[in-house]
Amino acid sequence: MSDIILETRGLTKRYGGVHALEDANFILRKGEHVAVVGDNGAGKSTFVRQVTAVEQKSAGQIFFDGREVNFAGPLEAREGGIETVFQTLALADDLDVPSNLFLGRELFKFKFGPFSWLDKKAMRDRTLEALKTTAVKIPNVDNPIRNMSGGQRQCVSIARTAAFASKLVIMDEPTAALGVQETAQVENIIRGLKERGIPMILISHNLRQVFDLVDRIVVFRRGRIVASLRKEETDGNDVVAYITGIKGPADNVAA
Amino acid sequence: MSQPTTGSQPTGQAHGLGGLKYDPAKRTRAPEWNVALALVIMVAIFEILNRLNGGSFLFNMRDNVDAIFNQQRIDIMLLQVAIVGIISLGVTQVIIVGGIDLSSGSVVGATAMVTMSFAQTALVNGNPNPKAVFGPEWMDLPVLIPIVVGLAVGLFAGLINGLLVAYTKIPPFIATLGMMVTARGASRWWSNGNPISFPTESYGQLSNGDLLGTLTFGLVHWQGQNPALVFLFLAVLFHLILNHTLYGKWTYAIGSNEAAARMSGINVDRHKVLVYAIAGLLAGVSAVLLTSKNLTAQAGMGVMYELDAIAMAVIGGISLSGGRGSILGTVLGAAIFSVIISGFTSIQLDAYYQEMVKGAIIVGAVILDQARQRKRMRA
Repeated sequence: MSDIILETRGLTKRYGGVHALEDANFILRKGEHVAVVGDNGAGKSTFVRQVTAVEQKSAGQIFFDGREVNFAGPLEAREGGIETVFQTLALADDLDVPSNLFLGRELFKFKFGPFSWLDKKAMRDRTLEALKTTAVKIPNVDNPIRNMSGGQRQCVSIARTAAFASKLVIMDEPTAALGVQETAQVENIIRGLKERGIPMILISHNLRQVFDLVDRIVVFRRGRIVASLRKEETDGNDVVAYITGIKGPADNVAA
Repeated sequence: MSQPTTGSQPTGQAHGLGGLKYDPAKRTRAPEWNVALALVIMVAIFEILNRLNGGSFLFNMRDNVDAIFNQQRIDIMLLQVAIVGIISLGVTQVIIVGGIDLSSGSVVGATAMVTMSFAQTALVNGNPNPKAVFGPEWMDLPVLIPIVVGLAVGLFAGLINGLLVAYTKIPPFIATLGMMVTARGASRWWSNGNPISFPTESYGQLSNGDLLGTLTFGLVHWQGQNPALVFLFLAVLFHLILNHTLYGKWTYAIGSNEAAARMSGINVDRHKVLVYAIAGLLAGVSAVLLTSKNLTAQAGMGVMYELDAIAMAVIGGISLSGGRGSILGTVLGAAIFSVIISGFTSIQLDAYYQEMVKGAIIVGAVILDQARQRKRMRA
């Protein structure tokens, strides 16, 4: 049994004539935290959208947990064990925290098609439990998300991911809109994932954060993976050189 | 709650990581309380205005009648609330899911015509039914048949609305506008514009009979209010469904953030079809009760009901952008609506003024609600 949790071979996505992602060969090992960096439009989010099946790839293969997968949609990817925090918060503003955590995977007292009776208490209890394990502090989980600050909303979104994380967590710019303290809280959650041995792909513009949190940095440029750098063997200037194209594609690209 | 780090909000006392404070006193009251308060104030205003003229809005003033309340007025109000209120229950769900339904009034009209055709009696005072639509073999059918037909026609119209909205992606306003015009046309075409009358005894009993019998609680009487009973039953049913079932959770989730709902794996399109279908079904229920009450069906039945139903939901505090609102709010909104109409009649205000004031109140309710929302965002 290999220790590879996610591998893409020749992953390609075209929007009409635009090659947003081309021939991406990517490997993530179990327990590993990898950052995906690159300029705007470099293909980072496109890459994530193919892996999570929010969009359907144009070409290439995705192997997840030892077998080739062709998820039909994000729900299948999630059921397969890939939890994602999207760049645009995937939260329903008018629902409370438990409803958001369990959106699309509600717990029931009894099943009756669309009119299945919700087990609100169980969902609330498990929400409080999940917030505790991920060290997320929400003052009142019964409040609609609408009434919360940007940081709290992001924490709910991440708690949702972390709580259900099984095999792989993907975070797309999780701290982009957050303040210093909220960013610190999110980073703590990410460290918690590392301790629990849950692999993660982190998309971030923040190189300080990237060097703080991950083991390896994969650089995207113009829809292609141009470098895969171990944290110990590189530095900020090196990474920036790859992002801006001063340095060309490294030889160790599929490592 | 102050978030010193976000910058957009005023800086309050600093808090450490996870030291967020929650102040229960700042929790906003459920919006339904405000609607209930408005209802009480409305009733009080009309009571005072009536008293100034030596009458009463709510109470019995006649010496020869032994009752606390003005029974006639309450009966009329209950009937008004019930027929349009049932439609409004469906419209409420459509608005919460982020849509709108302009077709419900016309669907009531079309359903009324079709349903009544299956509810006719063969002989009227020993003569053949002068308004017969079908041949005698289609007369005097068991009462269940026109009911099922009515519900089916409403459901069918709702399904079409839902399929159009969910799968052709045309705006709900346009889809249901099309249905509004089409269904009205269908209701005129069905009998070439002629009214359809003389239903069976049992069909007439649906709305005019007493499911509970005549109830008397001391000096308060309950008589012949089956439509109100059905309305209350459906209101409780859908209140429970919206608050405790997957259907309700998804309805709010989709109206709140459709993209998020989709990403969470909710089958948004299928759910929308279901919501519109239920709204159509409820319009069908309303049409059955209305024709039974009036013992006739006319092509013009239900005109403007769609707007009254929307108005009830709006007065009840629903958000037209979706995600917010409740059955309880709509029931209270329906009560306010009915009090306004009966109230203006009671002070003998001309019908033209009634409609103008009605319009102003609908706009006023939304302005108040928006002001309240902004205040809550600042708090």
